[in-house]
Amino acid sequence: MKRIVYREWLVEPQRYWGLLAMLAGVIAVGGLSALYMEHEGHWVTGMTNSVVWGTPHVFAVFLIIAASGALNVASIGTVFDKTAYKPLARLSGLLAVALLVGGLLVLVLDLGRPDRLLVAMTTYNFSSIFAWNIFLYSGFAAIVIGYLWTMAERKGNHLQKPVGTFAFLWRLALTTGTGSIFGFLVGREAYDTAILAPLFVVMSFAYGLAIYMLVLFYAFDADGRPIGPAMLKRLKNLLGLFVAAVLYFTLVYHLTKLYGAKNSDIEAFLLINGGLYTALFWVGWVLIGGLIPLGIIYHPELNKQRDWIATASALVVAGGLAAMYVIIIGSQAYPQEMFPGHSVIQFGAPGDVGGRVAPYSPSFPELLLGLGGVGVALLITAVGIRVLQFLPESLADRDVDPHASARHA
Amino acid sequence: MAEVLSKGVLLAFLSVALGLSAMAKAEGVGDFVQPSSKAASVENCVEPTEYMRRNHFELIRHQRDETVYGGIRGAKHSLSGCVSCHVGYDSQGTPLEIDAEGQFCSSCHDYAAVEMNCFDCHATVPKGEAWNHEVAAVHAHPTGAAPLAATSAER
Amino acid sequence: MKNESEPTNQGRRDFLGAAAGLTAAAVAPGMMLHTVDSEAAAPTGGVSDAHRWGLLVDTSKCADGCTACVDACDQENGLNLQSQPLGDDELKWQNQRATWIRKVKLQDNLTGQVTNLPLMCQHCEHPPCVDVCPTGASFKRADGIVMVDRHTCIGCRYCMMACPYKARSFIHEQVDQKLTRAPRGKGCVESCNLCAHRLDTGDISTACADACSAEGHQALVFGDLKDPTGPLRQALAKKPNRQIRQDLGLNTGVRYAGI
Repeated sequence: MKRIVYREWLVEPQRYWGLLAMLAGVIAVGGLSALYMEHEGHWVTGMTNSVVWGTPHVFAVFLIIAASGALNVASIGTVFDKTAYKPLARLSGLLAVALLVGGLLVLVLDLGRPDRLLVAMTTYNFSSIFAWNIFLYSGFAAIVIGYLWTMAERKGNHLQKPVGTFAFLWRLALTTGTGSIFGFLVGREAYDTAILAPLFVVMSFAYGLAIYMLVLFYAFDADGRPIGPAMLKRLKNLLGLFVAAVLYFTLVYHLTKLYGAKNSDIEAFLLINGGLYTALFWVGWVLIGGLIPLGIIYHPELNKQRDWIATASALVVAGGLAAMYVIIIGSQAYPQEMFPGHSVIQFGAPGDVGGRVAPYSPSFPELLLGLGGVGVALLITAVGIRVLQFLPESLADRDVDPHASARHA
Repeated sequence: MAEVLSKGVLLAFLSVALGLSAMAKAEGVGDFVQPSSKAASVENCVEPTEYMRRNHFELIRHQRDETVYGGIRGAKHSLSGCVSCHVGYDSQGTPLEIDAEGQFCSSCHDYAAVEMNCFDCHATVPKGEAWNHEVAAVHAHPTGAAPLAATSAER
Repeated sequence: MKNESEPTNQGRRDFLGAAAGLTAAAVAPGMMLHTVDSEAAAPTGGVSDAHRWGLLVDTSKCADGCTACVDACDQENGLNLQSQPLGDDELKWQNQRATWIRKVKLQDNLTGQVTNLPLMCQHCEHPPCVDVCPTGASFKRADGIVMVDRHTCIGCRYCMMACPYKARSFIHEQVDQKLTRAPRGKGCVESCNLCAHRLDTGDISTACADACSAEGHQALVFGDLKDPTGPLRQALAKKPNRQIRQDLGLNTGVRYAGI
């Protein structure tokens, strides 16, 4: 097998700096939005005492689970010894850290008192999944950086397998933890099920890989590095598998809920009469994020064209954001059922919400803060691949896996 | 050589001048107690003044946890005690916000450039604190109530 | 330059220290009578697990259209001092302002029977909000009152996600007016604390129960769940009652009769 050569990203300076300037602009606007929300208070957002987590959380949770998913490519190479994935591993690690940083930044900047971050770092309540997640997140970043070191440094190469395996187990714990943030909430009908944890794990596989493929295609296109058809096929097949798994777990999630009669109302809300949330579920989560990408991936002609595969990846990302919106916001908008067999005809003052669907419309600052997090993740990635040797010189089939090309020939 | 000498002289002058100005400032530092506040009529704070200058926050923070978790209110080191004693009044007898510019807390904190978070949430003038004092005595159940010191609380 | 001024500074400190000491010594005999501490209220006894505070709501006595408990709570805990930020939508503001207690009107889906009740923090024995709080700011006092230590609250709102009773409020705006007994500030979460400031001063009452009695409804009985001879246990023994979302097994401190 040929030795894999890694090179810094050799895109023209104008394009590189132009990209950086654009991302910096997105980040600056996101930062200003956070500052504005912080200064005014959360009343300027769409969030209320009914919908307490809004658009920033949609982006933050999406980025965080995508982060652990992005590491999968590296894990497949290291943990499962698939040689063909080895050249992809470095970018996978970098993207994982970058997405995590972006997501956490959004999460932190949406706190009521972000100035007390130190309190969150020093005072722990170990019965809280959230507190565990603080460790899972910071630990993930540290482990992945160590993992990257074992890939890049010859002296560390022999540690690659154990560290990679540990990172893989850790990322499973991380996504399970993120899913459990929602899964263990007994007071809300849409949550309160352990299946959210594995659902989040497969979602992370799909969204992380989709983002990984988009970044990979863009970066390779920009400085003219080749990606072989076998590699393309491998990646799109993997994406297809993950997207199908998301759909399967989505089905099981709803079946679990549908089976219990007490949950029929929340199911009707999410699946039939929930307005925007129902639309986002069917059109966003299932169609755009699931069926259409699957159609492209398994289409005999389209699935050989990189642009179509990139389109499928982009659709998976869009569908993922829709899924997060339904899971996070839709589930909060649905009223908490406190009085079974009764209708709530009045709940506090007129605008106070109980017993009916809570209104929520995302405000611009929230949206911009979320996009700022995406900008941070992409900026870290862009700078990383530019200054360090993250990208393999070629993903042409003969360079990656000579046996594979021999078979095809 | 001469240059060095003149620089030395200049330096000496400067240091003397600075020292003097520091002394002048030092005298000003003690004057943050508002003449219109109750504190001005009291010989001493709850602890010796010099101790309070350096350690008041330790005391307040300790009492803070006692109050929040232990329900111990109206104690010697409580923040509401600080406010009710140190708050200044205008000529009409209206209390002035203690964290307003030139008032007790902020004038020293501005001077020392130390950030102060207490009044993000806590009342800056004594307001409705009467529960801990007079009203509580009236409301308290005749049996089992702790003996309460009748005081002249604001409002 | 710094070296030059340092001794001066130290000298100043020593001087002030000595002066303070001298002053203290000079006035020492009179000081005992004249310190602040003799003027402040006596410190209160502190919380103990000998009590567990709770409420019984008799929904049959809760009057339609009466908001006495809500108004009293607003007064007592400074909730009426919140002001709607300029430019915020009126209905949205009602959903953003802090509310510790609210009147809820229910209709039985089968019989059409209407029930009124006040809903507030249920002061669970096993509070989900305490379980989920990452910093431990959400906590349960020894006497069973569930509240927020707003000195360590980071405003993540996870407790609001976890609460089955929608009891908690996030402070969405800058708060200018606040009471000494009820601190409140932007970016933290808060909820009913059973008028802890009253209990801590030995006054066994809450504003809502007092107001309900003053209206003559007697729908709210406040008392000690651990005192078998106290008014609350007596009232609980007389009326069949239950917890809201009893299925969750949270063992709430607030019980309801007639639902």
